[in-house]
Amino acid sequence: MAYDKFTVLKSTAVPMPIENVDTDQIIPARFLKATERKGFGDNLFRDWRYNPDGSPIQDFVLNNPIYKGKILVGGKNFGSGSSREHAAWAIYDYGFRCVVSSFFADIFKNNSLNIGILPVQVSAPFLEKIFTAIEADPHTEFEINLPEETITILATGEKESFAINHYKKENLLNGYDDIDYLQAMKDEIQSFATQTMY
Amino acid sequence: MPTTLFDKVWDSHVVKKINEGPDVFFIDRHFIHEVTSPVAFLGLEKRNIDVMFPERTFATADHNTPTINQHLPVQDPLSANQLKALETNAAKYGISHWGLGNPKNGIVHVVGPENGITLPGMTIVCGDSHTSTHGAFGAIAFGIGTSEVEMVLSSQCIMQPKPKKMRITVNGKLGKGVTPKDVALYMISQLSAAGATGYFVEYAGDVFENMSMEGRMTVCNMSIEMGARGGIVAPDEVTFSYLKGRERAPKGAEWDKALAYWKTLKTDAGAHFDLEYTMDGAKIEPMITYGTNPGMGMGITGHIPLAEQAGDSKASYEKSLQYMGFQKADGMLGKKVDYVFIGSCTNGRIEDFRAFASIVKGRKKAKDVTVWMVPGSHIVEQQIREEGILDILTEAGFQLRQPGCSACLAMNDDKIPKGKYAVSTSNRNFEGRQGPGSRTMLASPLVAAAAAVTGVITDPRELIPDDVA
Repeated sequence: MAYDKFTVLKSTAVPMPIENVDTDQIIPARFLKATERKGFGDNLFRDWRYNPDGSPIQDFVLNNPIYKGKILVGGKNFGSGSSREHAAWAIYDYGFRCVVSSFFADIFKNNSLNIGILPVQVSAPFLEKIFTAIEADPHTEFEINLPEETITILATGEKESFAINHYKKENLLNGYDDIDYLQAMKDEIQSFATQTMY
Repeated sequence: MPTTLFDKVWDSHVVKKINEGPDVFFIDRHFIHEVTSPVAFLGLEKRNIDVMFPERTFATADHNTPTINQHLPVQDPLSANQLKALETNAAKYGISHWGLGNPKNGIVHVVGPENGITLPGMTIVCGDSHTSTHGAFGAIAFGIGTSEVEMVLSSQCIMQPKPKKMRITVNGKLGKGVTPKDVALYMISQLSAAGATGYFVEYAGDVFENMSMEGRMTVCNMSIEMGARGGIVAPDEVTFSYLKGRERAPKGAEWDKALAYWKTLKTDAGAHFDLEYTMDGAKIEPMITYGTNPGMGMGITGHIPLAEQAGDSKASYEKSLQYMGFQKADGMLGKKVDYVFIGSCTNGRIEDFRAFASIVKGRKKAKDVTVWMVPGSHIVEQQIREEGILDILTEAGFQLRQPGCSACLAMNDDKIPKGKYAVSTSNRNFEGRQGPGSRTMLASPLVAAAAAVTGVITDPRELIPDDVA
């Protein structure tokens, strides 16, 4: 599925200083029954965000109107657990384009890159600085610069580089996906397949 | 240069290396199920492209299926719709489909191996993180997202950076009542729920060499719970004798050819790993988890560790204990249990039900405990009947349900109610994983059985007869 190109994102951020945010929290399994990619944002963090009767849980960060923006900042080991791409869809569909953490689970990171969310891995001290900056001023803005591979706390000018592999970076900058690439390689794959053991 | 088993299998499946990018990685076998495949098929339609090798993909319905009255129409319209979509997509593209009611139906990671679809040296993916299970056969197997399911359907490849390599060696004799599940929970408790992120793990040492295929599957299954993409065990005589005669395994001259290849699948002496751990199997106790990630595990006779010993930040640790309703330094023995779940791709195989029955035999189900016994497949269900296990279980007051993922992820009606405590042989104790507000304690089938007959967390060693090792 095509997604919008990602170049430079300037936005406020939503803080979630919790470790090991697993994909069952991001989207519980009972909301995985759709056969289309529609409406997952409504159930993002469902059981942290709503009571069983559907009323909002007031002290959850997504229900606090002070915090908004296209950047979600989470604690270490963000996205662990199930491979459900629905977790990345829910984050994207809610309106986030970037998730920042000091450490991501592998499958979640891959899924995010495949659908146009940029996972930005920062050092643990820099993550603390981000949380501190948001706590001091929820309207503080951050710049995620993909061409330069940097994240900046605009209020203080503090900056850190992040790593992304060149191929995935080009995809995000141009809005390409892997299927286009693989379709262009089909002859090569066909001939490879004839030489495999199975 | 000496190379690892993982390198041998990985490198032989790279179609193309992209400079500063991922490998174009060829997939031998692709499993699909009803939950993570429909959007991938929609993607194919939108792009107007076909399935490249339909004979390399196998479909089974498991995540969303009821575990009682499977002969009746599925009540939940959304679930029924997903099951129908899988059936329709499989038929449209010529993919083999073992749907609800099919005698081969069951959990994808149970039916693949038991039908000989999973073989040593293969690359295997599925839109499910517990695909790591198949690594027990010396295959490279890992979970993928739906975008990647679409890639495999359309090109039989995914774009994958090669993970780093870890080896965990466990030697020594396992104690009485210590099962493969305990070995897995022990390793995760040592490394933490993120300790192997970025790595693929080879399990080595005599503990794994002496393990059955079912046990190795349990261990490899849980690899993802320490963050690893997958786990792998070198194939050996145990592997070969498990595979011989399985329906889809090679036969005759094909078998001989395959066997010769399989025997080359081992790590050379002196091969390099990025990270190595060595553990002593004799130190492992029957394990149980006390928190909300699988790294929060401990020996069953121990006490819940303090935050400083647990590795995560104090705030995350306290949030976790508060959710569970436990206090630090609490012991686990004697805690009340409301539900027991035996099943899942982790512990839903025949050996798990044999272990469960070994403790139940001659005892009765405890009052006030609800026990859900869910076989991993119809073939497992049939074995349970044929081996007389069902008689033992029925006599003790238990009922066997029909195969599926069930309460492991509680997508169907098998949900643990809010606030209730469940001893579960599955793989995840996340908040709400087994139903909103549910409180899960992960453990082996022996610990589950001990809880089922006593109603509290009980050391299974006290219930095992002395003449059993």
